[in-house]
Amino acid sequence: MIWLTWRQFRVPALSVFAGLVVIGVILAITGPKLVGRTDLTDQDLLYGGTILALYVLPAVVGVFWGVPLITRELESGTHSLVWNQTVTRKRWLSTKLGVGVLAAMVAAGLLSLAVTWWASPIDAMASAGTDRPMLNRMSPVVFAARGIVPIGYAAFAFVLGVAVGIALRRTVAAMAVTLVVFAAVMLAVPFLVRPYVLPALDENVSITPTNVMGIRGNEQGVIESISVREPAGGWVLANETLDPSGNPVSPLPAFVQGCVPRPDRSAPPPDRGSIGECMARLGEHGYTQHVAYQPGYRFWPLQWLELAFFLALSTLLTWYCFRRLRQLS
Amino acid sequence: MIEFHLDGRSGLSPYQQLVQQVRHALRLGLLDEGDQLPKVKDVVADLAINPNTVLKAYRELEHDGLVAARPGVGTFVTATLNGASPAVLGPLRQDLRRWLSKARRAGLDEESIEALLMSTFRDSAREDIA
Amino acid sequence: MTVLRAQGLGKRYKRKWALTGCTLEIEPGHVTGLVGPNGAGKSTLLNIASGMLQPTTGTIEVCGGVPGSGPAQLARVGYVAQNAPVYRGLTVEEHLRLGARLNPAWDDDLAHERAERIGLDPTQHAGKLSGGQRAQLALTIGIAKRPELLLFDEPVAALDPLARREFLADLMEAVAAHGLSVVMSSHLVTDLERVCDQLIVLVDSEVRIAGDVEELLATHHRLTGPRRDVDALPSDQRVISARHTDRQTTVVVRTEAPILDPTWTVSQLSLEDVVLEYMSNPVTTRPALEVLR
Repeated sequence: MIWLTWRQFRVPALSVFAGLVVIGVILAITGPKLVGRTDLTDQDLLYGGTILALYVLPAVVGVFWGVPLITRELESGTHSLVWNQTVTRKRWLSTKLGVGVLAAMVAAGLLSLAVTWWASPIDAMASAGTDRPMLNRMSPVVFAARGIVPIGYAAFAFVLGVAVGIALRRTVAAMAVTLVVFAAVMLAVPFLVRPYVLPALDENVSITPTNVMGIRGNEQGVIESISVREPAGGWVLANETLDPSGNPVSPLPAFVQGCVPRPDRSAPPPDRGSIGECMARLGEHGYTQHVAYQPGYRFWPLQWLELAFFLALSTLLTWYCFRRLRQLS
Repeated sequence: MIEFHLDGRSGLSPYQQLVQQVRHALRLGLLDEGDQLPKVKDVVADLAINPNTVLKAYRELEHDGLVAARPGVGTFVTATLNGASPAVLGPLRQDLRRWLSKARRAGLDEESIEALLMSTFRDSAREDIA
Repeated sequence: MTVLRAQGLGKRYKRKWALTGCTLEIEPGHVTGLVGPNGAGKSTLLNIASGMLQPTTGTIEVCGGVPGSGPAQLARVGYVAQNAPVYRGLTVEEHLRLGARLNPAWDDDLAHERAERIGLDPTQHAGKLSGGQRAQLALTIGIAKRPELLLFDEPVAALDPLARREFLADLMEAVAAHGLSVVMSSHLVTDLERVCDQLIVLVDSEVRIAGDVEELLATHHRLTGPRRDVDALPSDQRVISARHTDRQTTVVVRTEAPILDPTWTVSQLSLEDVVLEYMSNPVTTRPALEVLR
């Protein structure tokens, strides 16, 4: 059965691994040049590209490995050939799942290893600074493209493809549904799961002239909120102003509305220091800033927990696959 | 060695046709004592018929005392079917002639005579074999 | 030991019953034909017997075991679905290797000898084979697996006459050589007449008649005679169908006893005639009088 699965899986598997080799070569060539640099803005394309690659890989695995491995057999009727040899349906499915999940996890692991290594100088810089707006590895976009979580995504995507293939039995429909479901899960996890896996750290920070970093207003010129300097290398979940009784306030009270003058082309741009001093008056009135965040040192614990979560999802889907297998004909 | 064929329109079932063809071959002298009948698997591959059909035909011929099966070797002819001698055929032919003129005198035309003859012949043949 | 025993077998898809109240017993060493119109339930019965489908009601036992219940059972029963599906991307040789790896009881010499005798090119991709060659490949795989029972769903429906004849000849040869039991479904009764010694007629998801072909032919007669009431016939003559004109009655009866009434003209039925009779007439009812002019 392993031989047969390999024969059917050969082309999709080798195509993906060939792509990985190409990416690996590019990263190997450009990687060492990044060490020691301080200005990495010219790497935007590669940086974004590698992150994209780590999102695309699990999707490809689910849609082009998982789905066809099942639906090709069902659509062409060869399942009635193979299920009538001396091999049970369970063995047929478990071999396909085993080979595929293994290959998926290896592929994702290798790619993630390469990308994490390549981007480590950039990540290090991003984790240290707090002034410049750089994505550090705790931020949702980057977190999913580092470390070991892609292994979980790939395993999940593959088993999802198999499960949808068993449920729908048609290749094109199953591919579309797998893609949509996978994308939905990937969007949902950073918002609904990851922030709550470990309790976030809460800090009440006093508002000083030097730590006001951002001011946001609406079209009418009303200042809605400000944000203060964020802890280095962390993932900030909340950065809001609280009134003396502890409730979030937006828009800000009237006495600071005048801190930022209306946009007026004739007047020179306002001095930053003076805005800061103006805003600091909030502190005198008992206002504080609430910052909730996951600190940078939680990177690996969160990675492990998320990997476990996705492996658990995969296990659930696997159980579903075996349950549905009996009713297939 | 004789070769079998099947006639889809003969009205006889396949095994009956095989029996008939062996008897016919014996009568014509195409098969002699000691000759081997075609092997079951060869007949089956040639005609695409059920092996049980061939076995049934050979069993009936054996029951009639015409052939004998030797396990592992084949089925062989043990007796011949002599055609009737002229002494037997002569009076029978005369009887037939008499019956035919009787039928014509009764007003039957050629086709009616043939129909009557064939249906009576078939009915009695079926009762013999079945 | 029977090769297939079904008791009240039924299969329902959503609201429709594809098979109902199917009770059958098939002895080993026979070639059984399954005949009936499209949608009668032939494929369903074969699918259940091979373990591809689960029945809704009733029980079925194939070669002494439950269909699809494990490797031992799967080794005993072979199944070739309609149109003999094969892996398009694999060559003929690779299909034989598939058989060898997935079947402990695989007879490799037999498989290769057959493939060579049929003229299958080992390096040919299965997707490029003709319908007849695909059927032959599926037959080779089925036979080399050395099962006790082989099930075929319309194996020759899409084949030209020569391919059909060759397939059936090869199948019969395998039956003669290995003592295989076969159950095959078909539309073509003329093929079945040569090849099958048992017959099952399936219409509207139920078994209309089942039995030995020779016995069916010997016990069914067409009686033609002066017009009369069919209810007056002796009770051992079971009326299958009756047609009347103003002067003449034609009935088809099933009986073991000889027909003694001299006013009847008795004629033979071909197997196709018998099958058609059962396909158009449910056994339980007597058809109403039908007057033709």
